[in-house]
Amino acid sequence: MAVANAPRPSLLEASGGRRRQITSKILVGMTGAATLIALVPLLLIISYVVVQGFQSLSFDFFTQTFKPVTLGSSSTGAGGVLHAIVGSLLIVGVSLLMAVPVGVMAGIYLAEYPGTSASNVIRFSTDVLTAMPSIVVGVVAYVLIVQRAQQFSALAGSIALMVLMVPVVTRTTEEILRLVPGSVREAAMALGVPKWRFTLNVVIPMGLSGIVTGILLAFARAMGETAPLLVTVLGNNNLTFDIFGPMQALPLIAYRYTEQPFDVLNQQAWGAALILVTIVLIANILVRLATRRTTGAR
Amino acid sequence: MQHADAVSGWERLRRRTRHGDLLFWLIALSFAVLVVGLLVAIIAVTWDGSAAARHEFGFGFLTSSTWNPVKNQYGALPAIYGTVMSSAIALLIAGPIGVMIGVFLAEVSPSRLRMPLSFLVELLAAIPSVVYGMWGVFVFIPFFRTWIATPISERFGDAIPLLAGPVTVGRGMLVAGIILAIMIVPTIAAVSRDVLSVVPTHQREALIALGATRWEVIRHATIPYARAGIIGGMMLGLGRALGETMAATMVIGNTPRIEGSLFAPATTAASLVASQLPNAGSEMHSSALILVALVLFCITLVANSIARLLVWKVQRGSGGKA
Repeated sequence: MAVANAPRPSLLEASGGRRRQITSKILVGMTGAATLIALVPLLLIISYVVVQGFQSLSFDFFTQTFKPVTLGSSSTGAGGVLHAIVGSLLIVGVSLLMAVPVGVMAGIYLAEYPGTSASNVIRFSTDVLTAMPSIVVGVVAYVLIVQRAQQFSALAGSIALMVLMVPVVTRTTEEILRLVPGSVREAAMALGVPKWRFTLNVVIPMGLSGIVTGILLAFARAMGETAPLLVTVLGNNNLTFDIFGPMQALPLIAYRYTEQPFDVLNQQAWGAALILVTIVLIANILVRLATRRTTGAR
Repeated sequence: MQHADAVSGWERLRRRTRHGDLLFWLIALSFAVLVVGLLVAIIAVTWDGSAAARHEFGFGFLTSSTWNPVKNQYGALPAIYGTVMSSAIALLIAGPIGVMIGVFLAEVSPSRLRMPLSFLVELLAAIPSVVYGMWGVFVFIPFFRTWIATPISERFGDAIPLLAGPVTVGRGMLVAGIILAIMIVPTIAAVSRDVLSVVPTHQREALIALGATRWEVIRHATIPYARAGIIGGMMLGLGRALGETMAATMVIGNTPRIEGSLFAPATTAASLVASQLPNAGSEMHSSALILVALVLFCITLVANSIARLLVWKVQRGSGGKA
């Protein structure tokens, strides 16, 4: 590929230089303007979530469960979202337990045995899973578990989230293990250490912060996933620890309470959204810090 | 002493079996194959679960526009139309803006701004979609209805059926397209930035030497070189918009009909499934919804495959050149 369809005659003409400079200034300026325009909704969304969400934060919000509301009831004594916080942590926690071993081991395989036909098939599968609409995964969990057991369950939600987390963990694990220099592997090999041993004792410790980063990203993504939970976990107004029954979750609160006509519940929806956005923000900042340290060390 | 014992013990075991690596390979492989298994399971389950609807409606399912759970008549055309239309609106808005942001981040912005701006754009991609939906319902729709939809449909509605009223609650196709556009801008911007920043410097230098202005360098050297990757980024954004569920469910109005006007409520494949599957009344109803999910999966798979192919082509091309 040479300089593709340039130079055009107009570029070589010395005349009209001033006009071209002005055109250039305007169009280059427009790229900056586009960036500003895109940041407007971000600032609007975050400021609405923070302002509205903070109003609903209270001691009760974190320590109480749902209380029935009637028209005109005030925001005090409106109950809280403890059941949703517990539910979200349980559902995502169980799915982490399933997703981390699978994702990390698959990532290790891709990084340590590259170039085989098996690794190509596996990489293709992770790509397809990454792009899979989350509702489709929810439907699968619904068919496999909810329809069979004739009951909505937190476990079905965990399995759906697991499918969404695995490709994220696999991808980051693979990428970070590939950054470990080949000389380290060669040094270990020269000492006669078997492959499994230097992978577990040398390569993985070197990439550990990156692997944790991937898990953190997957966790943040799973906390905010709503669609698969809608068809599997359903929702529950009571505090429950039974993963074989319906459960409440923060994103479900954000969705359901938005559709409610009561101001009190709308307010709690903003509170749930604030918690979710805070989790995402913290995870992203941690990831930033971790990757900066890794790339700085290299 | 103990350590030496352990090593020699291990040595003896290794000499006898030499299977340590084989075992490790097997364990890693079996977990990795599990990932493939997940994908196979997803396809098998949706295929199997939609058997009833596939036998009943056949290919007519894709072209029938009736969706009536009461009469047990199901056709996916309104959902497909809504999915494609809302995503097309989103791409039309987000495509140019996303590419311009990519150009700004890769070519124009001072290097001190690059990191924080990239971080903000990526943060926009990480916000849960239900939060976008909430913001759409509480903030954007009331604004859009009073200041944009109502005046436009009153002035142009009679002449252009696409903009016809009545604007009722404000939920509809165009709002969904705009919210989806906000959601996919970061994807397009990030991919454009990545493919633009691997364009070799000599491409730019050649044009600078010819006396080109800054914009002419971008327009004639950088963008053409990365064109396939930029289109790939747009397709990735499109894939995200096609499969997006919550934001669409909350703002599109969930009406499985094909309406001429962009202000009228509609539905998408994802939001149809999300809103109806939990309380699907009959066997056929849930089977039809599973079939809709399968169709959605196929649509996003095609969009994403094209995208990956294009991005991969650019990155391989530049890698080979460098």
